[in-house]
Amino acid sequence: MKTKTSFTRSRLIPGIVIIVTGLLIFLLFAINTQPQVTSRFGMNISASSEAIQIPDLVVPAQTGIYVLALVTVFFGAWQMARGIRSTGALIGIVAFSFVASFLIWATQGKSFNMVGMLSSSLVRATPIALAALCGVISERAAVVNIGIEGTMLLSAQAAVISATVSHNLYVGLVVAILTGGLVAAFHAFMVIRFKVNQIVSGVAINIFATGATSFISSRYLEKHTDLFNNSGTFPIISIPLLSKIPILGPVLFENSLVVYLTMLLVVVLQVVLFYTPWGLRTRAVGEHPKAADTLGIDVFFVRYVNVIIGGMIAGLGGAYFTIGSVGRFDEVMTAGKGFIGLAAMIFGKWNPVGAFTSSLIFGFTDSLQVKMQILGTPIPSEFLLMAPYIVTMIVLTGIVGRAMPPAADGEPYEKQ
Amino acid sequence: MPVLELKGITKAFPGVLANDHISLTLEDGEILALLGENGAGKTTLMNILYGLYKPDEGEILVRGKNADIHEPNDAIRCGIGMVHQHFMLIPVMTVTENVMLGIEPVKNGLFLDREKVARRIREISEQYGLEVDPNAYVKDLPVGTQQRVEIIKVLYRQADILILDEPTAVLTPQEVEGLFKILHTLVQKGKSIIFITHKLKEVMAIANRITVLRGGRSVGTVLPAEMNPEKLASLMVGRQVSLVVEKAEAKPQGMTLEVKDLFVRDDHGNLVVNNITFEVHAGEVLGIAGVQGNGQTELVYSLTGLLPSLSGTIHVAGKPIQNTSPRHILEQGVAHVPEDRQKHGLVLTFPIHDNMVLCTYYLAPFARGVVLQEQEILATSEKLAKQYDVRTPSVFVNAGTLSGGNQQKIIIAREFSRPIKLLIASQPTRGLDVGSIEYIHNRIIEKRDEGTAVLLISSELDEILALSDRIAVMYKGQFVDIVPAASVTKEYLGLLMAGIKPENAPAAPSGQRTIEVDL
Amino acid sequence: MTEKPIQPKKEEKAPASGQIRQALLVPALAVLTGLIIGAIIIIITNEKAATAYGNFFGDPLAALFASWEAVATAYGSLLVGSFGDPGKIINGLGILFSTGDSSKFIRALYPLSESLVTATPYIFAGLSVALGFRAGLFNVGAEGQLFIGTLASAFVGYSLVGLPWFIHLPLAILAGALGGALWGAIPGYLKAKTGAHEVVNTIMMNWIAFRLSDWLLNGPMKAPGFRPITPQIETSAELPRFFADPLRINWGFILALLAAYGVYWLLFKTTIGFEIRSVGLNPDAARYSGMSIVRNTVLVMALSGALSGLAGTAHVLGVDRWVGQGFSAGYGFDAIALALLGNSHPLGVVLAALLFGTLRSGATRMQSMAGIPIDIISIIQGLVIIFVAAPAIIRWLYRLRNIKSDTTVMVRGWGK
Repeated sequence: MKTKTSFTRSRLIPGIVIIVTGLLIFLLFAINTQPQVTSRFGMNISASSEAIQIPDLVVPAQTGIYVLALVTVFFGAWQMARGIRSTGALIGIVAFSFVASFLIWATQGKSFNMVGMLSSSLVRATPIALAALCGVISERAAVVNIGIEGTMLLSAQAAVISATVSHNLYVGLVVAILTGGLVAAFHAFMVIRFKVNQIVSGVAINIFATGATSFISSRYLEKHTDLFNNSGTFPIISIPLLSKIPILGPVLFENSLVVYLTMLLVVVLQVVLFYTPWGLRTRAVGEHPKAADTLGIDVFFVRYVNVIIGGMIAGLGGAYFTIGSVGRFDEVMTAGKGFIGLAAMIFGKWNPVGAFTSSLIFGFTDSLQVKMQILGTPIPSEFLLMAPYIVTMIVLTGIVGRAMPPAADGEPYEKQ
Repeated sequence: MPVLELKGITKAFPGVLANDHISLTLEDGEILALLGENGAGKTTLMNILYGLYKPDEGEILVRGKNADIHEPNDAIRCGIGMVHQHFMLIPVMTVTENVMLGIEPVKNGLFLDREKVARRIREISEQYGLEVDPNAYVKDLPVGTQQRVEIIKVLYRQADILILDEPTAVLTPQEVEGLFKILHTLVQKGKSIIFITHKLKEVMAIANRITVLRGGRSVGTVLPAEMNPEKLASLMVGRQVSLVVEKAEAKPQGMTLEVKDLFVRDDHGNLVVNNITFEVHAGEVLGIAGVQGNGQTELVYSLTGLLPSLSGTIHVAGKPIQNTSPRHILEQGVAHVPEDRQKHGLVLTFPIHDNMVLCTYYLAPFARGVVLQEQEILATSEKLAKQYDVRTPSVFVNAGTLSGGNQQKIIIAREFSRPIKLLIASQPTRGLDVGSIEYIHNRIIEKRDEGTAVLLISSELDEILALSDRIAVMYKGQFVDIVPAASVTKEYLGLLMAGIKPENAPAAPSGQRTIEVDL
Repeated sequence: MTEKPIQPKKEEKAPASGQIRQALLVPALAVLTGLIIGAIIIIITNEKAATAYGNFFGDPLAALFASWEAVATAYGSLLVGSFGDPGKIINGLGILFSTGDSSKFIRALYPLSESLVTATPYIFAGLSVALGFRAGLFNVGAEGQLFIGTLASAFVGYSLVGLPWFIHLPLAILAGALGGALWGAIPGYLKAKTGAHEVVNTIMMNWIAFRLSDWLLNGPMKAPGFRPITPQIETSAELPRFFADPLRINWGFILALLAAYGVYWLLFKTTIGFEIRSVGLNPDAARYSGMSIVRNTVLVMALSGALSGLAGTAHVLGVDRWVGQGFSAGYGFDAIALALLGNSHPLGVVLAALLFGTLRSGATRMQSMAGIPIDIISIIQGLVIIFVAAPAIIRWLYRLRNIKSDTTVMVRGWGK
């Protein structure tokens, strides 16, 4: 067959990219690293943590980066010569080497709390994951909800106001979830009943939410902070025994309620979507609504329920911003997390577990950016702040793992 | 007592009366054919029966009792099952999941019980001779098997009245035989069947009784024994129909299209055109027959620049065009009547005049520099609309408001009026009424006689036989054989369409002959 | 085959007046409904009215009167803020005729001038979004493109010294257009080549633009001093004003009207526009007939970005003459409402921009006089988007029949 050329090329280009990455590691980091200097990575979140203390990881900076650069070049050469089957593994190796050498370079001569960063990655991934789960559950039923950002913003404000007024964080949580459900119900009503273009409706929700929350903020919250906008936050709950495991303990089992709920939701949604009648129907409605209709499934009902449940999940995500982390509302505090969540959903191939895993990548980027500012790298903080957005755009190009959305995604269903 | 009775069913859509007081009865254990040409109201009637449309008037009786059917669930409850013309299957799900959808059994009170359904599917398979693997994904199954899944879906819901909407459209002649066998088994086991079709010969072969629809009305119910195809055709169309496309013998000249060792992958990365070589001469029609989904679509896409080819060469009038842009290919004198006229052929929300210049808007006299010349566009469109019999009040009307036949005529007008060397016509008469079919067939032959090379792709074997001078049969991305049309039988083509190439081909008697178009 | 409904044959070219009334009715009612809901919000959030409603059954008239007073004060100051105080205008005219002193009159016209000044960037940004809609692209990134365009033109405006105005001004305008075009073309290219959805990508580009401008204003482009602002642009790069201070109406407004005509001409009179509209309405058919989706997508996004860039350029060269943090009042987001309201037609966009220009500039006065936060305009805009996108609601609310809604907006789902 003459198709051989294209196979060779498909092997060659990634190979070259990997080798270039290896060289970049060398040029950017290895050259700028002092010999004899070490990088210290903290393996305990803090002295007060319940986890069993373990020694820190100390890496000789320059040697470490040289090794990583060599490993990368080696894999690039391997790819060019023989080809590596799994694209995922390939990208994983390259991304790991690059990030690891970046960290070693940035930490040289200093100390960097690794476990602290992993822990904050999970926390920072939480709102993104919730937005992504909202997207998954709606889009599996073929309703695109681009208004997640606005939904979270409204819920965040509703949560903090109700929690402050009632002096009860759980009231805030419930109100946030209900607000999310209400906004999503509005979206569902618009796109299902009135066949409004799904993206237009979502954008309208975002604009409305920005206006409404800013309006309430400047009308009430700014003047009466203690009355309305000072709720406190959910405490950290340590899970007995499990939280004692080194590294994993502080990262996974010393968190606040919202984080635990998120992890629980991931599992529940995965099971519901693929092992229950409701999940089967949801996916059928997302793939081929007409077929579902001919089998007596109420397409509209399935869509309403999924979108509203999705909205409630986004509402929980909104609660994270206020009562889950800082205890007060600031204007436009969601800062694009809703959209990043949508990217995580796409990258996660419309699966709850996949969406959560890719949210962790974004959470990691986000938390890395914060830690880098603390470490004081020569990169301006504004550029570090761009990192999550740039990663989102890269993910969306589909260079890494492209998946097909549900076949009917975004299309209104016309019942004759 | 009949199992099913429809009385005075009436349904109007904006501007068209689709069903006008239609009545019919279905007796227990019979196959009733519902015959009518495209647009006669067959599908509307059946969608009403299945609860997908609401009738404006009329009533439905199931086993003598008034049946209130508002949605598919009601129909299913009445024991009515429907196999739709476009399969209602979800490709990314398994056979089991498709069958269980809507009435899922659960275990532990919560979780899908796939095993139970798979067992039941195997039972049904055995009982009615419907072989299928319950764990296979639908997207991996051939069309014939997908149809069996549809029938199993209906039987799983314990339907005893089966409606099959144009079930043979996607099958090879041999698969049609197989389907008929299954239908006979079903009837023997006590099911009653309504068989919707526009194909006369099938009706004669399978039906116990035939109800004929024309223009939304029932024009009578007849017995096959009292009928012949000519009589049925005039009943169906309402006038004498010439069943033959008049054409002289082709006078092929030089080579216009030359395809060599072509390989094409589809969007999902499957190799769908696998080493194809052929040529089309000026002044001849090469028909490509084959069951849908065997790579015909992708072959056409790669010829017209819509899909890149992996390797191989394509020459039009001596110039290589493989992997060049659609525009470059159009400019070489290639016309393309696309398979999906609403997706590719027209911008439905554009007025007719814009659609008429969709491929030529940037050329003189329609544009001067980048500025459109509206007067020229209007004048030309009006001329073409008249010349090609597009029935419309004016050329300002949006293309989307016209009937399928008139939409297709816009495309024909646009493509045929350009100076072309090669015409690629993909399913040119799909879903059209008899008048439009006759018109388009004659225009294609006219083009051939003017010396254009014609590549005709159709899943309607009769259309291929009526128009082609040579016939290529495509199966799983390859040409099984290319044969002269004058010396081939339908049965032989059927074998080729199933991928079987008999060593000693039964040659038809040579010499001049005519082939019927099955309407 | 389903029977295709055949529309009754009638001449499509209806009388022009009927057409215009049809085209205007839904948007006009949408704005009206938005204002009514805005009034309701004003009443709810007005303390006096709220107290009066507490005693509604005791004294219903007082409640209604308080409501009327709240709305009248708010919308009254809005009107005066938009068009000026009629008394002052007449008085100014009187003085002008009797003494020849025009200063009072000009001062009275200040609100009207401000409305047009606000409408200017709105026209540009609205055209930007409308052009995208015509090609089936939803440019939510007008704000970011505006930021980049503004900074680019300001940079040219202050850094080049000693050029004659007829070189410097066009250069500064060009720089603004190019900056925006670049920022628009990136998501356009990604959409065309990889299918990455432009909505998420343009939003990511917004955030990147915000961070980038933070950095530029605090670093490379910062004027000497403490405040994060650029130096004043050279006089040679200024868009001349029509009148003396304080009227800031300038040539930017004329440029905006010219741009609107230019977009109209491009869309409806040229082969380029024919392609853009074909791609927007049916990309498959466009590709079939030889148009390049990639080229058109990149072109439209670049042009759209250029228009957004010009929105900021006109403002900085004609009004502010320097750039500070947060210099855009959300023009890019409001533009979405304008494009929808104007049915993506340049004339419609101009009318919508004039409307929202007056609303927005009047709202500034409303904020100071009636204490209604300016964000109420965003709320109204969100509502207007919904109403315009779902004419069914308007039809239902006002019991209208037979309003044809030909939607030009076609935004598609992910990766399709």
